[in-house]
Amino acid sequence: MSAVIRPDAPVLLEIRDLHASVENQPILKGVNLTIRAGEIHAVMGRNGSGKSTLSKVLAGHPAYTVTGGSVLYRGENLLDLDPEQRSRIGLFLGFQYPVEIPGVSNLEFLRVATNARRKERGDEELDTFAFEDVVRERLSVVQMDPAFLDRSVNEGFSGGEKKRNEILQMALLEPVVAILDETDSGLDIDALRIVAGGVNQLSSPDNSTLLITHYQRLLDLITPDAVHVMAAGRILRSGGKDLALELERSGYEWVDAELARLDGEAAPQPAAPQPLEVA
Amino acid sequence: MLAAPAVTAAAAGSGAPALAWLAELAGAPLPTRREEDWRFTDLAALAAIPAGFASPAAGQPVDPWSGLNLPAGVTRLTGPAAEAQLGTALAASGCDQHWPVRLNGGACPALLVLKVEGDAGSLELPLPVSAAEGVVAWRLLLVLEPGARLELLQVPAPAPGQRQLLSLVSEVVLGAGARLQLGCLAQGHTHAALLHHLAVRQASGSELQATLVSSGWGLARHEPRVVQEQGAARTRLLGLQRVDGRQLADTHSFVRFDGPDGELDQLHKAVADGSGRSVFNGAVQVPRLAQRTNAAQLSRTLLLSDRARIDTKPQLEIVADDVKCAHGATVSQLQSEELFYLRSRGIDAATAAGLLQRAFCHEVLRELPAAAHRHDPLTALLGAA
Repeated sequence: MSAVIRPDAPVLLEIRDLHASVENQPILKGVNLTIRAGEIHAVMGRNGSGKSTLSKVLAGHPAYTVTGGSVLYRGENLLDLDPEQRSRIGLFLGFQYPVEIPGVSNLEFLRVATNARRKERGDEELDTFAFEDVVRERLSVVQMDPAFLDRSVNEGFSGGEKKRNEILQMALLEPVVAILDETDSGLDIDALRIVAGGVNQLSSPDNSTLLITHYQRLLDLITPDAVHVMAAGRILRSGGKDLALELERSGYEWVDAELARLDGEAAPQPAAPQPLEVA
Repeated sequence: MLAAPAVTAAAAGSGAPALAWLAELAGAPLPTRREEDWRFTDLAALAAIPAGFASPAAGQPVDPWSGLNLPAGVTRLTGPAAEAQLGTALAASGCDQHWPVRLNGGACPALLVLKVEGDAGSLELPLPVSAAEGVVAWRLLLVLEPGARLELLQVPAPAPGQRQLLSLVSEVVLGAGARLQLGCLAQGHTHAALLHHLAVRQASGSELQATLVSSGWGLARHEPRVVQEQGAARTRLLGLQRVDGRQLADTHSFVRFDGPDGELDQLHKAVADGSGRSVFNGAVQVPRLAQRTNAAQLSRTLLLSDRARIDTKPQLEIVADDVKCAHGATVSQLQSEELFYLRSRGIDAATAAGLLQRAFCHEVLRELPAAAHRHDPLTALLGAA
């Protein structure tokens, strides 16, 4: 098994030796990851491993400072762009905790966001009526009640409704690279199925998805092409979907030993999953 | 019914200092910042208003509401019937000698006294101004008979670009079980000032909701003052003021419970940008006889600039022992997570900040009477933001 899954497909996202910090605290310490069109990658790891930071740095959260390395998005330097520009050219971040914005109608928010993306692609912007037709059709992707369009953005939505609203945004924005940060957290099994079904429907040979997750259960519903284990701000191991199953069985204890070994200290060999060859 | 103005614009002369003229109109010197109620608001700014009248009748007792179309259930009173209750709400709420009220009286206000019976629906009261610079004053008395209902909207607005002082004094007498939803949507500009008193007497079982919104004035002062004369009434006060540039907005509210079982729900919001200044002082008096009063007051300010200034103060005087009185004040900036969320959806930073301001304001604006929608209150408040 090789981490290059579709060697002939164009590279959409290339992360090279990425270092980033928040409030002068280094969090990412040399992340390398290449994602090609048509691929679904999963990044797993414990709390504090840096996986959520990776998603925020990629989306351009201003609280994070990139201190080294590079990120190329379809060959362009992504890190030079504002968050809004990244969204317009096709990068999407599905939030772990979608923000409630009382007083801003969900429909209007979705329309403004969709039009920002359409404008960038040279498509005609949609007026309120034309947009309603588009959004009602897309609601089916996440089986969402149209009543949610008339409410304020995420206000009073349950955890599951918020995550469905995230996937609805993904369906409308048609991203090239979608990063879903803990989209499975706080979902019951039915909501998880709906959300995962939405992601699967939106996957195509032309786009790619990066799933940030804690648990294997999401990967039962969305089959990843590659799984990466993050720890202490870098990707410690990469492999196929079997790696997620291994993690489910053996937990993350081996990670500490692996980290210690990498730091050059003597440590007993962990009961780790078999190393997988990484190209 | 209306006294001739004690001082006419002509008598004042165009060269007379405006402050002296205003003091003469009011029959009292302007309050200074040495007085606690005016500590943060300097009326010396009114010196920029030229002496003279900006009412359509230019200071003459001509009735600007002669052709007013009133809904069924609302009748206009004149003569002794009109004067019977005039001034009683001002006196009951202790503001009949306030300087802005005296100025209003001295400036020869246009007077409208309305009696409301049954469910009268909604009314938007026109407040006409002329294009002249100077002072324009209105005095309104609303008497809601027991069980009556009304939605009333006032939209005081200065003539574009003109240096005007708008003086609005509204008195309200709510009979038992009467219900008034009052909205004041006051969009000004930097050359204009607004002095606004709202004095309300509430009988038991009555409900008052007053929503006072202002933005853009060089100086705006709102004084909603409510007395629950037997307690056992409901009062809901909502305020929203926005300042930018070097504007000042000041709300001094006052609520007193003269009987048990009264309720107050008060929310005051402010948005302060530029070098603007926002003042809120919320007085609530709960004397010994006002047992089982339930009062909640919250002041929330959105601070958008490090040059803007906020002064906010609850002023609770509670003597009764069996009461619930809560108060709180928050001052915050736009939340970076909310901004990032919007930006990550392709919405540029300025638009995102505007959306979040709208969201902050929406909580108060949605409480305006339905007739306010015609005026697009959000746009009025935020302009292009």
